[in-house]
Amino acid sequence: MSTQPPEYAKKDFMSDQIIRWCPGCGDYSILSQVQTVFSQLGRPKEEFVVISGIGCSSRFPYYMNTYGFHTIHGRAPGFATGLKVTRPELSVWVVTGDGDGLSIGGNHLAHLLRRNVDLNVMLFNNRIYGLTKGQYSPTSEVGKKTKSTPMGSIDNPFNPLAFAIGSGATCVMRSIDVFAQHLRDTLQAADTHRGTSFVEIYQNCNIFNDGAFDAFTDRAVRDDRILYLEHGKPMVWGKTARWGLRLDGLALQVVQLGDDLDESHCLVHDATNRVLATMLADLDGSDGFPVPVGLFYSVQRPTYDGAFGAQIREAKVRLGEGDLHQLLHAGDTWKV
Amino acid sequence: MNQADTKNLEQVVIRFAGDSGDGMQVVGSQFTRTSALVGNDLATLPDFPAEIRAPAGTREGVSGFQIQLADHQIFTPGDQADALVALNAAALVTNLGAVRPGGIVIVNTDKFAKLDLDKARLSSNPLEDGTLDGYRVIRAPISTMTKDAVEPLGLKTKEADRCKNFYCLGVVYWLYGRPLDATEAWVRRKFKSPYLEANLAALHAGHAWAETSELFQNHYAIPSASLPSGDYRNITGNMGIALGLAAAAVKSGATVFYGSYPITPASDILHNLAPFKHFGVATFQAEDEIAAVCAAIGASYGGAIGVTGTSGPGLALKAEAVGLALTAELPLVIVDVQRAGPSTGLPTKTEQSDLMQAMYGRNGESPVAVIAASRPNDTFEVALEAVRLSVKYRTPVILLSDGYIANGAEPWTLPDIHAIPRIPIDYAKAEEAETFQPYARDPETLARPWAVPGTPGLEHRIGGLEKQDRTGNVSYDPANHQKMCELRAEKILRMRADIPPTQVHGSADGTLLIGWGSTFGAIRTVTDQLLADGHRIAHVHLRHLNPLPGDLGDVLSRYERVLVPELNLGQLVRLLRDLYLVDARPISKIQGQPFFTSELRARVVAAMA
Repeated sequence: MSTQPPEYAKKDFMSDQIIRWCPGCGDYSILSQVQTVFSQLGRPKEEFVVISGIGCSSRFPYYMNTYGFHTIHGRAPGFATGLKVTRPELSVWVVTGDGDGLSIGGNHLAHLLRRNVDLNVMLFNNRIYGLTKGQYSPTSEVGKKTKSTPMGSIDNPFNPLAFAIGSGATCVMRSIDVFAQHLRDTLQAADTHRGTSFVEIYQNCNIFNDGAFDAFTDRAVRDDRILYLEHGKPMVWGKTARWGLRLDGLALQVVQLGDDLDESHCLVHDATNRVLATMLADLDGSDGFPVPVGLFYSVQRPTYDGAFGAQIREAKVRLGEGDLHQLLHAGDTWKV
Repeated sequence: MNQADTKNLEQVVIRFAGDSGDGMQVVGSQFTRTSALVGNDLATLPDFPAEIRAPAGTREGVSGFQIQLADHQIFTPGDQADALVALNAAALVTNLGAVRPGGIVIVNTDKFAKLDLDKARLSSNPLEDGTLDGYRVIRAPISTMTKDAVEPLGLKTKEADRCKNFYCLGVVYWLYGRPLDATEAWVRRKFKSPYLEANLAALHAGHAWAETSELFQNHYAIPSASLPSGDYRNITGNMGIALGLAAAAVKSGATVFYGSYPITPASDILHNLAPFKHFGVATFQAEDEIAAVCAAIGASYGGAIGVTGTSGPGLALKAEAVGLALTAELPLVIVDVQRAGPSTGLPTKTEQSDLMQAMYGRNGESPVAVIAASRPNDTFEVALEAVRLSVKYRTPVILLSDGYIANGAEPWTLPDIHAIPRIPIDYAKAEEAETFQPYARDPETLARPWAVPGTPGLEHRIGGLEKQDRTGNVSYDPANHQKMCELRAEKILRMRADIPPTQVHGSADGTLLIGWGSTFGAIRTVTDQLLADGHRIAHVHLRHLNPLPGDLGDVLSRYERVLVPELNLGQLVRLLRDLYLVDARPISKIQGQPFFTSELRARVVAAMA
């Protein structure tokens, strides 16, 4: 076996299947970035496994030239957990959406995150049901008019990042389909983290929810609306003007930088601070606040698969390889 | 000294009943172990409520345990009890109907005060109102005598009272001539001082009281049964399945991954397997039934043997995932320890009503293999068989057990582990990359390659969408869909090659009793009785339910009458009528209880008239 890290190009990760997403779908960009990132992770291709549930995003595995498993609605975390604990050397990537991961599969996602199985979750959030043709999703805003909510949705939406942090996730990130370089960097970071990396990816559905993220992704405004989070860096943003985040009591506050205030007066991002991560997750671009992207939260905690394997190894050390004859003859036996 | 004579019995049925906190299951299992060690054949039936401890003294809180032991081979825990031990008023009135007229009733007279009668919803005292007329009643202040026996040990009143189950055990051990040593050793292992000494004191006091009280006219001996020679142990169905799965890990060299969510009466399989990690068994308690089966499929995808265990309600939840496993064509064993349904039903009571769910309970044309255990002592073999078929044919296999098999116990001849065939695991290899197609098939079994992630050059995608034959690519082609549906159905039928010819017990013509699952004991006993009476009758008991044995149609055609006793409203009988156009008739019982041999016999005789 060669120890040389394999050299791949993006095309090595492109499958020969015709892609069936709608032209203009944000999924194309995400697919392209994932293929590029996988080619650069220095890992043999056969060790990548992409596991998905049901929905537009979940067609993803078919388009990756890796091992892939398109499973059932909402349950990808279960399959991924069973695979990872029995084959911990594999690089497992779960692809899900706002419906798959937070509606039908919310339970499994929460349990995956609390267990901290060492794998990566990409949740494509387009705030709509695409494959079933345009019903509101658990991340759709209140008042959303869709085929199933002609008078507007009355459901309060989930905040995926707050959900993840609340479930005990150890690594929580956000990126956006059209931020190619940022998305690649984010996925690289997800690969590096030991434990479940949860990446929310804002993804535009140009058919049923077009422009859902334009308010902060449009080139004309994005630099004034997006806060790029980096651990240890002051939280500042803006091009036409410079803004920063400060703490006002127990709440975040936006301040304009200028003569009196500079970066040194702003809050420095601490990605190990769960309270801060929760506050940042709550920012949605309203009231002058930015939309944060990047690394919200990252801490180290033992992984589930690591502990799972360790118990098996410990049992073998303590008890030796199982002796079947002894096992069957254990307890009270008698001879006839 | 008691001058009681010793009488030999060929068989005896004993029933213990008390509060669910009284330790009746412990008494039952100790009596079982001891009887097995002295060489009797036996069968047991625990009978307990779903509630952990319903209010003490109420009818709802009564927990029971029945055992039949014999000096010859037996197949059931018996119909009516020859002796009942009742620890309180509620236990007496709820179990007295299970005692034969003239049977022995040992009753704890300390639990018949006004308050006890009220809790048992009794307006008069059954010790005084004639309820017990016609029984041989042994009135024993068991609570008081237990308290006296353990008094020197300084236990609190409540703790002292909890030793009364061992006091009862001592009484019954004397009555049926059982040695105390196995239980003494168990108590020493299980308890710490002062409970160890207290339980032993209660056991010995009960034994001594029975010997000296002169209340018993006789005591009894049940000689050893002449069973086939070999090493034996007692086995419950849930333990047999766990041991079978551990053996499957050893014999295949692959990890057995057991994903499960606690559910009565299947949870003990998870408990039993969890300490078997050093055998290559991995256990996973999932967040729900669905995650449990999905994790098992994920493990199979990674090259392990994925197994999930549940009961009927859980099987319903797993249905969609089982469908995925069958179209992804991955090995998967689903153990369904059936209980009385529908819905939550009677969680601790037995039933055979999931056969149709196992056969058909999925969307689409979704055939899976279905096999069934018939008694505690075949569960080991059946678990191995489920794994073997699942791995060989790369398809889900549903293994049906039930509450009666799961919790019942009987002696099991320990197999020679060297005689258990290896389970070959043939993953697709990197060398096959050039010609690899994920949905190419073995010409004999129709199994597709098991290409596990991590194998260079075999990267491929699978999923729940219909796949093109051979390439496995997503395909909406109409003709391809028909072909794939037919291939999946055909694959199950090909398993007939692995199914031995149908074994017929009894006459070659006349009436055929055909059953599956835990009715084995009752049907076999009735068949033997009627054969002895000169009837032309035979018994076939099916282990393989899908596919059915290839020769079954021929066997059925030889009998003028086919009767199908089942603990449901007629499920196997429908399959037989459907597949063989045979005028099979159901004998149904659906009461959460097994057939009594007497009732089954009466119904068979009526059907033959």
